[in-house]
Amino acid sequence: MGFTIAEGPDIESDWYNFTALNIPPDHPARQMHDTFYLPGQDGEANPVLRTHTSPVQIRYMEKNPPPVRILVPGRTYRSDSDMTHTPMFHQFEGLVIDESTHMGHLKGCLIDFCRAYFEVDDVPVRFRPSHFPFTEPSAEVDIGCIRDGGDLRIGKGDDWLEILGCGMVHPKVLENCGIDSEKYQGFAFGVGCERIAMLKYGIPDLRTFFDADLRWLRHYGFVPLDVPSMTGGLSA
Amino acid sequence: MKFTLGWLKEHLETDASLDEITDRLTMIGLELEGVEDKARDLAAFTVAHVVSAEKHPDADRLRVCIVDTGTEQVQVICGAPNARTGMKGVFAPAGTTIPGTGLHLKKSKIRGVESNGMLCSEREMGLSDDHEGIIDLPEDAPVGQPFAQWLGLDDPVIDIAITPNRQDCLGVHGVARDLAASGIGTLKPFDATPIAGTFESPIKWQRDLPADAQDACPMVVGRTFRNVKNGPSPDWLQRRLLAIGLRPISALVDITNFVTYDLGRPLHVFDADKLSGKDLVMRFAKKGETILALDGKTYELDDGMTVIADDRAVHGIGGIMGGEETGCTEGTTNVFLEVALFDTVRTAATGRTLGIESDARYRFERGVDPESALWGAEVAARLVQEFCGGEASELTIAGEMPDWHHHVDYRPSRMRTLGGVDVPDDEQRRILGALGFEVFGKGDKWQASAPSWRRDVTREVDLIEDVARIHGYDNIPAVSLSLDGALPPVAVTPAQRRRRQARRTLAARGLDEAVTWSFLNRGAAELFGGGQDQLILLNPISADLDAMRPSILPNLIQAAQRNANRGEADGALFEVGPQYADASPDGQDIVAAGVRMGMSGPRHWAGKPRAADVFDAKADALAALDAAGAPVANLQITGDAPGWYHPGRSGTLRLGANVLAWFGEAHPRVLAALDAKGPVAAFEIFLDRVPEPRRKGGKKRPLLEPAPYPAVARDFAFVLDADVPADKVVRAAATADKALVRNVDVFDLYEGEGIGDGKKSLAISVTLQSADRTLTDAEIDAVADKIVAAIAKQTGGALRG
Repeated sequence: MGFTIAEGPDIESDWYNFTALNIPPDHPARQMHDTFYLPGQDGEANPVLRTHTSPVQIRYMEKNPPPVRILVPGRTYRSDSDMTHTPMFHQFEGLVIDESTHMGHLKGCLIDFCRAYFEVDDVPVRFRPSHFPFTEPSAEVDIGCIRDGGDLRIGKGDDWLEILGCGMVHPKVLENCGIDSEKYQGFAFGVGCERIAMLKYGIPDLRTFFDADLRWLRHYGFVPLDVPSMTGGLSA
Repeated sequence: MKFTLGWLKEHLETDASLDEITDRLTMIGLELEGVEDKARDLAAFTVAHVVSAEKHPDADRLRVCIVDTGTEQVQVICGAPNARTGMKGVFAPAGTTIPGTGLHLKKSKIRGVESNGMLCSEREMGLSDDHEGIIDLPEDAPVGQPFAQWLGLDDPVIDIAITPNRQDCLGVHGVARDLAASGIGTLKPFDATPIAGTFESPIKWQRDLPADAQDACPMVVGRTFRNVKNGPSPDWLQRRLLAIGLRPISALVDITNFVTYDLGRPLHVFDADKLSGKDLVMRFAKKGETILALDGKTYELDDGMTVIADDRAVHGIGGIMGGEETGCTEGTTNVFLEVALFDTVRTAATGRTLGIESDARYRFERGVDPESALWGAEVAARLVQEFCGGEASELTIAGEMPDWHHHVDYRPSRMRTLGGVDVPDDEQRRILGALGFEVFGKGDKWQASAPSWRRDVTREVDLIEDVARIHGYDNIPAVSLSLDGALPPVAVTPAQRRRRQARRTLAARGLDEAVTWSFLNRGAAELFGGGQDQLILLNPISADLDAMRPSILPNLIQAAQRNANRGEADGALFEVGPQYADASPDGQDIVAAGVRMGMSGPRHWAGKPRAADVFDAKADALAALDAAGAPVANLQITGDAPGWYHPGRSGTLRLGANVLAWFGEAHPRVLAALDAKGPVAAFEIFLDRVPEPRRKGGKKRPLLEPAPYPAVARDFAFVLDADVPADKVVRAAATADKALVRNVDVFDLYEGEGIGDGKKSLAISVTLQSADRTLTDAEIDAVADKIVAAIAKQTGGALRG
């Protein structure tokens, strides 16, 4: 689809991780992020371990004028630990900015992605209104699934699974990067890599991703020289 | 936010089914978290009359019952001791699944007598643990009525998630407004007609806030009620509170909880007789003041927290929780009502500092409709009078209604250009109107005046979102992203490509790729040159994970040891990921690190396995560097490496001052500190330091001219000082005649008898080949002499006799 990869640091300033993304200091969303903090300099907000890959949106747009079409994979951190939460996990972020990209494109892009990634051609994809400070309108995306006892299959069914958050980039975010929000617009989305891997491959416990248990690595791992591609096939 | 379907219908005139309503809630952004519908779960269970209960002919403990279900008479075998003729019970026909046991009822014969259903106990119904006998209903229970309905459990409980921007939906009325706008019914207004007071409130509100903090509580309204009778609230109200998980306490307290959930308006009631009788003041707490709050805990207050106090003590924490000592009880007869506005930021900060979660705080920190300060006092008064009688005073008001009026410019064409969907102007106008906006203007220039309950709406995009979600995201046509031009841009940078190559190469060499935490414990970090204060987390998830990693190795060594403990003694792991030298954006390096633990392989007939050593690490590092595009033939190898490597069995791969990799055996002291058993061969490759290739685009190669002339190999052995690096010898040989020397390999090393103390013998094999002729013996001897001379000059080595 014409995306290129962009990256940014794990240790972020308060500005890039929150304020520039339209999450001011008093915003209730900050409390939801369970942020890790590092010691700061006097008079400056403490550095944080980035809670999402979204700060790279800002770093990239500060240096690269639109049009923008990037994917941002990377480590992210939240202070939480149970079967579906670990203090570190991975996200990838998508960002498309130009003069005409609208919500229809956001839907098209993510529906195409979901079908390719889950390798289910007719998987239903549902966009539900939601709220994120850095996008508006915002949506959460669900895919169709079939639950059969303890079993879960992705596809046309009577149930839904939330897989990612997205929306049209908030004009405030563009303005914070010095971009004219009357001229440029576009969308952003963020996906939890382990989460969609757990769904696709039926892995029950997120913590096992980071344990380096050879039995797990060999069981869920891939052949290193089998390179997935859209034309060559995604799954071995 | 929980409410029942019946409760919602107090605010919404609708014929829609429960499923239609819950689906719609999700699709307008009020995500359904769950529905508890006892009426649906228990639909098969009805009130039934036991016409007769006779002893089973072949079983002493069983009874054959004829049961009137209201539509027919059926025969049921029942084992309950209390089954008897004439009683009323709960009947489940064959085909029903019993919720308490999961049993699927079938028509069957029990000891030869047919049974067509079951009379149920409370445990079987999933209502309690009581399994002494079947449920024994009062005589007036109507036969045939669904049991859930008879119990009053037929009002489904709906639980929805409210995003932080939608404080207006933290009351059932706001939820109904959104639903009505989406076309699923009509919003019913609630009664906020002013109630005339019959006397002047003896207690008055005062505000005593610093000039720069007037917004902490811009306005507070109150009134006194006298001669009320507090008791239990009506059944319908108690049922609603119970349904959403609140405990009914007394009419006065229940009213405050009800209005909080019904209209999103938190209230507080004081027992007026427990106040000093002087005016109540909104002021900032003084450091050290304390209050025993309604949750039974005593809180120490701080400067800047808004409190409600009289001349004697603090009686409430503004926007968060009232005080226990002045709370209403069964015996309360005179009441003072507080209906206040508190600012979001201070409420959130105070709540966080004190660690109090309350329904009031939840709403005030998101922002309560300012107009509710006035109508809240009327709604509350109406309920107090209805449930508790008595007289209401006139209002006492301090402060002023904040000016919440604002309007936002709006272009309906933006629905198409940003929302991606055509919504007719009339429909857009209708949606905004139904959400409470007043819309002015025409053409593509509208202004929408926001209602008092929508403080979140400040710019056009907020309105676009409202119209889009009510119109329905489902109605936006999906459009695939198209490419400008035939070729997509190259997705990865050269640095990212290198990482991929290094990964595949290491995996192909038999190392398993791992992903480990970016943090570890400070002690381990210090072993690897880390643990600086600026890289220590202030709030780690555990003390074991408090420092950002200065190296990936400690995590990998510990992971390999965990695998060894699980029986995989010879594990090999690598990771490509970040390590942190400082907290700045440039302090993060992408490193490919790996470890091989234990032996080189399992026992084998063709050769004995050996312990993983420095040469394994060196080979892995060179292979990965080669794959990453480093000029491995030009790398210098030096014997220095950081302190976590074994000083005699480690090295550095470098281009001059630019260190590309370290390799070697892990230092035994480090292994011991990490509770790992050796040996461990390890490497760290600094991928970002590999020089980037100069050329771009397709690489054009010079013409290949393979030499047709034979190559010859000559072996040499040199006696050298023991500390001369082999690399120096190889280089001397390779550069002795650049035109003819193709390759140099070390193939033997000997130290000991016959060589002399402090000496070693190093054997090399040199391959010679000319591009334009077959070499003669004389030419070969001449090159050999050059090599011997070069080595003698550069290393002091002499040909071994």
